[in-house]
Amino acid sequence: MRVALFITCITDTLYPQTGRAVVALLRRLGCEVDFPERQTCCGQMHLNTGYRDEAVRLARRTKRVFGKSEIVVVPSGSCAAMIREHYPRLGAEMPRVVELTEFLVDVLGVTDVGAYFPHRVTYHPTCHSLRGLGLGGRPETLLRAVRGLELVPLPRADECCGFGGTFAVKNPAVSAAMCADKVGAVLDTGAEVLCAADNSCLTHLGGALRRQRTGVRVMHIAEILASTESGGAGRTAGLSTPEGAR
Amino acid sequence: MSGTFLGMPAFPVNAADAVQNSQLRHNLRRATHTIRDKRSRVVAEVPDWAELRSAAKAIKDAALRDLDRHLLRLEETVQAAGGHVHWARDAAEACRIVTDLVRATGETEVVKVKSMATQEIGLNEALADSGIHAYETDLAELIVQLGDDRPSHIVVPAIHRNRAEIREIFLRAMPDASPDLTDDPAALAEAARLHLRQRFLSSKVAISGANFAIAETGTLVVVESEGNGRMCLTLPETLISVVGIEKVLPTWRDLEVFLQLLPRSATGERMNPYTSTWTAATEGQTFHLVLLDNGRTDVLADEVGRQALRCIRCAACLNVCPVYERAGGHAYGSVYPGPIGAILTPQMRGMGTPLDDSLPYASTLCGACYDVCPVAIDIPEVLVHLRDRSSHPRAERAALRAAGWMLARPERLARAQRLAFRLRRLVPRRLPGPLSAWTDTRDLPDIPPESFRDWWKRTEGGTR
Amino acid sequence: MNARDTILRRIRAATADAPPAEAVSRGYRTAGGAVRHEPGEDDLIALFAHRVDDYHASVRRVPAGEAAQAVGAAARERGLTTLAVPPGLPEEWTSGLTAVRLLRDDPPLAPGELDRAGGVITGCAVAIAETGTIVLDAGPGQGRRALTLLPDYHLCVVPADRVVRGVPEAVALLDPRRPQTWISGPSATSDIELDRVEGVHGPRVLDVIILGN
Repeated sequence: MRVALFITCITDTLYPQTGRAVVALLRRLGCEVDFPERQTCCGQMHLNTGYRDEAVRLARRTKRVFGKSEIVVVPSGSCAAMIREHYPRLGAEMPRVVELTEFLVDVLGVTDVGAYFPHRVTYHPTCHSLRGLGLGGRPETLLRAVRGLELVPLPRADECCGFGGTFAVKNPAVSAAMCADKVGAVLDTGAEVLCAADNSCLTHLGGALRRQRTGVRVMHIAEILASTESGGAGRTAGLSTPEGAR
Repeated sequence: MSGTFLGMPAFPVNAADAVQNSQLRHNLRRATHTIRDKRSRVVAEVPDWAELRSAAKAIKDAALRDLDRHLLRLEETVQAAGGHVHWARDAAEACRIVTDLVRATGETEVVKVKSMATQEIGLNEALADSGIHAYETDLAELIVQLGDDRPSHIVVPAIHRNRAEIREIFLRAMPDASPDLTDDPAALAEAARLHLRQRFLSSKVAISGANFAIAETGTLVVVESEGNGRMCLTLPETLISVVGIEKVLPTWRDLEVFLQLLPRSATGERMNPYTSTWTAATEGQTFHLVLLDNGRTDVLADEVGRQALRCIRCAACLNVCPVYERAGGHAYGSVYPGPIGAILTPQMRGMGTPLDDSLPYASTLCGACYDVCPVAIDIPEVLVHLRDRSSHPRAERAALRAAGWMLARPERLARAQRLAFRLRRLVPRRLPGPLSAWTDTRDLPDIPPESFRDWWKRTEGGTR
Repeated sequence: MNARDTILRRIRAATADAPPAEAVSRGYRTAGGAVRHEPGEDDLIALFAHRVDDYHASVRRVPAGEAAQAVGAAARERGLTTLAVPPGLPEEWTSGLTAVRLLRDDPPLAPGELDRAGGVITGCAVAIAETGTIVLDAGPGQGRRALTLLPDYHLCVVPADRVVRGVPEAVALLDPRRPQTWISGPSATSDIELDRVEGVHGPRVLDVIILGN
């Protein structure tokens, strides 16, 4: 199957290892991966901060860039939700856009992607993947099939981490309070790795985990799913970097 | 603490204060989690919840679409049943109508059922200016009134108070409270019962709101728990009900939907203890209905924002909101706090003050509010819509414009990515200005030597 | 322009461009509609009794002919000496009350008298199984609204054939022109820490007798 990858601006700029992991994973599962190089950003930050006109421009150019793609895979629940929920209202409807774990489970019909990751992991379902896209148990199903991985449930998992894009800067006190509660829940699990399907929320949580020198690493789910016994993306992406790269 | 929301600073300032108050945070966390769990349990046992929700949305939308027709019908049916109907364009006009009606009875004291509409228009203060004392009879409203406090929740206005604080307020402000009063909730409820009993039996005038007004029949509905509502609606000779124009439901049958959704959403009960329905001059009473606009027609005029008028004031959105849980209700500077307040207040008051402009940003857009809303108000959608209309700080506008320019061309983005890596050592660990809000509690991510797009280009998609 | 005309004009201007209202689709379970419910809840009366009990109201089920004994037993347990009675209450229900003075609300009792009454006995118009609710509509044997409000004890006799499944059935049977009181358990509040406490201004004790089957 031929898929177009919408890498998202934040992963492109700050987390190229997530992007490389997505490519390795999709190829391992037999997909041919395109990366339309004219892509930039879905426009979510502009829309959610109150700059609709700029968001409309970015949405329409994203639609143009992926105009010929049969199916677009996005390794971000948040950006996928932006496209699915808001693009129709911005005059940029884009059919056949799926989040990575949706693509694996629903389109490829795979739950065991042949990964190996011998660590204690907890999963935070980010708001837009949980309530926006309705990913349900897909990510956990994929993680449970990873050999060596011990998945520990995160208490009050469905609560927002407090990132909210510019919310973190506009309402810092509340954002920090929410973040502190989420970090507390993560530490309660005793997990070595906090995993999510959104690098934006992981930037916020990872920044706090690192500031507090907790030793808990954050990883995008693609990096875990791409890891194999022979090393692969997982080794280069997450665990070789001390303190986690976020 | 004082009884007014006027002139309050913007939400982030208020919220930052509230976050520091550990007692408040403890009270709110405990209370909102209790109700959240109860609500989930009783909603889960209703197999057709989703269908009820979509019917409720459709009924409200239809009612709002032809609101003029339904209000005229309501006026006609109420008058036919012996009631009097008044119309009020704004808060001042509504207060004047009610004050004149009370004065005409010769009374200087009235009893009140908890009502959001009368809170919104500041009726108690207006009556006081005319020498009329309004006694709040709902337990939480009583706590707020005796504590010279402000409400912080739509259904449980004293949610920010715990039992020990309530006991102190009663001992201080309730002359008939026993000095041996404990902080057992049952004892506190008993004290309120004794305090108000004689007043209920002797009051001649009552003021209420209504949860629903049925156009077809002229019937009003009040949903309550304690029986204070029944006291006010039943015993006094004169009843004045102040009702927002969006409370109208076209038909009696529509209640079969809302009386299933409201109690389960509001207090997590299958049904609230008492619901009263009456049609105008019942059992010999004199009845006045005051229909209130006060900004509602402005909300109605906004294609996206008008869905906020579907609200039935259940407060389920407050109870699940992570921002409300930490900021508390007072931070919203309005009788309507929480997610629904963040979309209702700026629309009803009109934006322009720092507080009202900041309310649409008092959310992470996590979507928990939309999930629980029994009338399916897409609160995040309205928040985003209002953000577009709010005024933006100059620096933010410049930054977002610059980002838009950079993201309009992949070449510009790629250049910025490379530049960021080269300049990474110049980025301080603590950022200046508004961005310090980020680095106060979080580290910045490391900037990688090569972006994904550069890697793709260099390796031809990782094949080299 | 007066307030009424101004508001109506504002509404018409606000909705001028809106598409016409759509017909309301009632996809939920309507009165008499198909029921999806848990197994073991087939018996409406049992469900009603169970749901009333959840509100900490006491429930007893007796055969149709034993109303008098059941009412008498309830009165003895609660130590009642006076009981307010609405017009139209079946005489048989109170026929076993030998030690209790009946206060007939005809002509209407003064609020003070009602307040001092030990309790009140009524029937009901409809009872709702799913929510454990009894509805009074001021019909025979139910009385005016204040009657079941001021006394601190309410004994409600529910003939089994008045029990319906859910809210839609009740709404369909009830006449909106009559004043109604929907009662679900004793008066209660959740205003203190959102913890439910029974007993505030309305009757603090509610006993329900389900009559016949």
